[in-house]
Amino acid sequence: MKDLVLSLIAEGGALAGVPFSLAAPLVMVAFGALVVFGFVLPIAGITSWLERRVWARIQSRIGPNRVGPQGFLQWLADGLKNLLKEDIIPSAADKWLFSLAPYLVVVGFIATFAAVPFTSSLIIADLNIGILYITAVTGIVVVGVLMAGWSSNNKWSLLGGIRSAAQIVSYEIPAGLSVFPIVLLTGTLSMQGIIRAQGWAPWDWFFFYNPFTFAAFFVFFVAALAEGNRTPFDIPEAESELVAGFCTEYSGMRYLLFFLEEWGNLYVIGAIVTTLFLGGWQVPAFTDNPMLLAVAQFGTFFLKAYFFVFVAMWVRATLPRVRVDQLMTVCWKYMVPIAIVNMLGTAAWMLFVPETLGRLVQFGMTGLGAVVVVVFFRRVRFHLRRANLKPSDYYYSPII
Amino acid sequence: MSLAVVLFYAFAIFTVVSAAGVAFSPNVVYSAFALMGTLLGVAAMYVFLAADFVAMAQVLVYIGGILVLMLFAVMLTHRIATANISNRSVGRVPALLIVSGVGLIMGRAIYRTNWVLGTDLPDAPSTYAIGTGFLGTYVLPFELASFVLLAVLVGAVAISRKELRDAQG
Repeated sequence: MKDLVLSLIAEGGALAGVPFSLAAPLVMVAFGALVVFGFVLPIAGITSWLERRVWARIQSRIGPNRVGPQGFLQWLADGLKNLLKEDIIPSAADKWLFSLAPYLVVVGFIATFAAVPFTSSLIIADLNIGILYITAVTGIVVVGVLMAGWSSNNKWSLLGGIRSAAQIVSYEIPAGLSVFPIVLLTGTLSMQGIIRAQGWAPWDWFFFYNPFTFAAFFVFFVAALAEGNRTPFDIPEAESELVAGFCTEYSGMRYLLFFLEEWGNLYVIGAIVTTLFLGGWQVPAFTDNPMLLAVAQFGTFFLKAYFFVFVAMWVRATLPRVRVDQLMTVCWKYMVPIAIVNMLGTAAWMLFVPETLGRLVQFGMTGLGAVVVVVFFRRVRFHLRRANLKPSDYYYSPII
Repeated sequence: MSLAVVLFYAFAIFTVVSAAGVAFSPNVVYSAFALMGTLLGVAAMYVFLAADFVAMAQVLVYIGGILVLMLFAVMLTHRIATANISNRSVGRVPALLIVSGVGLIMGRAIYRTNWVLGTDLPDAPSTYAIGTGFLGTYVLPFELASFVLLAVLVGAVAISRKELRDAQG
C-alpha cells in the first residue's frame, strides 16, 4: 500500500503535490470503499445465492433459478426487495438500540477486511498485528448481537442474543489458541508476514508443517464456524426453538444486514484459514509481469478462501444442529485442551526436531494428504459404479 | 492542523462523551453499551501512542470479554431498565469528595509532567519489545500476575462446581 501511495504522489502521479500524510489516508479510504462496495457486498450476496443453490442440489431440490441466468441475480432482487420493505420497529422495543444494533454487527464484520490480504501488495493495511486485529474487531459483532437481542424486548430475541454471546466468547478461546502455533512459527502477527513464511507448494504450507498445526487447522475452522453462528452451531437463531433468535423482531434491510454479516463472514473465515494454514496468495514465480502475477495471486487466494465457504455450505446442508450443552462440551472439554496441546507441541517441535527431519515430516504429511484425497475419489467412483446408475440418473447437468 | 490532530480530537471527544454516557445514563443498559464507545476510544488513544498491540489487546479483552460479560449480567437481571431508585441523593457527598480528590491528584500529575511532543513515533512492531520485556526485565511480576490469575481461575471453578458446593453443605 505504501509503495502505491508513494508512486501516486510522485512527480507525474495522479496525486502529485499532495503530502504523504494526507494522500495515504485518502488512498486507503478510496481503496477501502472499493473493497467494501466492489468485493465484500457482492461476495456476501453471491454467497447467499450460491448457498441456496448448493443446498438445493444436496437436498434434491431446484433452488432459486428465476432471476437472471440460473437465478444468479437473485441476491440483487432480494436486496432491492428488502430495501423497499417497511422497516418495522416494535412499539415495546428500545428504539435507539434496536436501530443501531444491525449497523454495529456490520461494522464489526466489515472492519476485518482492513487486514484481509488479496495479493502480495494488495491489502488495505498490512498491520503488524493483523491477525490479532481481526480477532479483536470481531468482538464488536458480539456486542451488536447482544444489543439486538436485548432491545427487541422479546424473549426469543433475548435468549438468542445470550446464546450467541456465550457461544462466541467460548469459541474465541480455541480459535485464538489455534492461531498461536502459527504465530510461534513465523514470529509475526502480520497477515502478509505469515503468508510470506510459507511457500506455494503444499509441503510448504503450515497445514502440513507438523501434526500439531494440522490439528490446529481443524480446531480453528470448527471454532470459526461456531463464532460465525453457522450450522451445526447456529443455536442463537435456531428456527425450531427460537423463531429466528436475536433477529426475530427485525424486518426489511435491517434483518438482511444480519445475514449479510453471516454470509460475508464465511469469506473472512476462508481468508483467515487460507492465510494461516494454506499458503495464502503464494504462487510459483512463473512470470516477471507484476500485473499477471498479481492476478494469479488474487485468483489463488480467492479460490482457496472460497473453497472453505463451499465447505461451510456443505456442512450446513448435512449436519444437524447441536444442543447448547453439547456445544459447550465440545468447546471446553475437547477443543480447548486440543488447542493447548497443539500450541505446546509446536513449541516443542521448534526446539527439538531437527530441520531435515521436519522437512521429511512435511513431505510425508503432504503425501499422506494426497493419498487420502485419491482414496476418497476412488471410493466415490466405486460407489457410483456399484449403484449401477443409468446415465440419466447421474444428473450432472446443473442447468435447470 | 494536520489530519492526525483532527482525528485525535475526534476520538478524544468520542471517548469523553461516551464516558459521560456511562456515568450519567439512568438506564444501566445504556451505560453498559456506552462503555463500548469509551473502550474503543481508549484503544484509539493507544494507536496514537504507537502501541498497536496494547490497543488490540484492549479491544480483545475489554470489549470481546469483559464488556460482553457485563452485558450478560445486565441482560439477565429482571426489569433492570426500570429499576426504581428511591433516594438518588444519598451518594452525593462521598462522590463529590472522591471525585475532587482524584481530580486534584490527576491535575497535579498533568501539571508536573514534563510533556514531550513526539514528532514521528516509530512504525515498528511493539510486540517484540513487549515480549522481551515480559520474559526478560519484568519476568517476576509477569509470572506473579499469571500465578494470581491461575489462582482466580481455580477459585472460580471451585466456587461454581455444584458437587463441591453440595459436599461442603
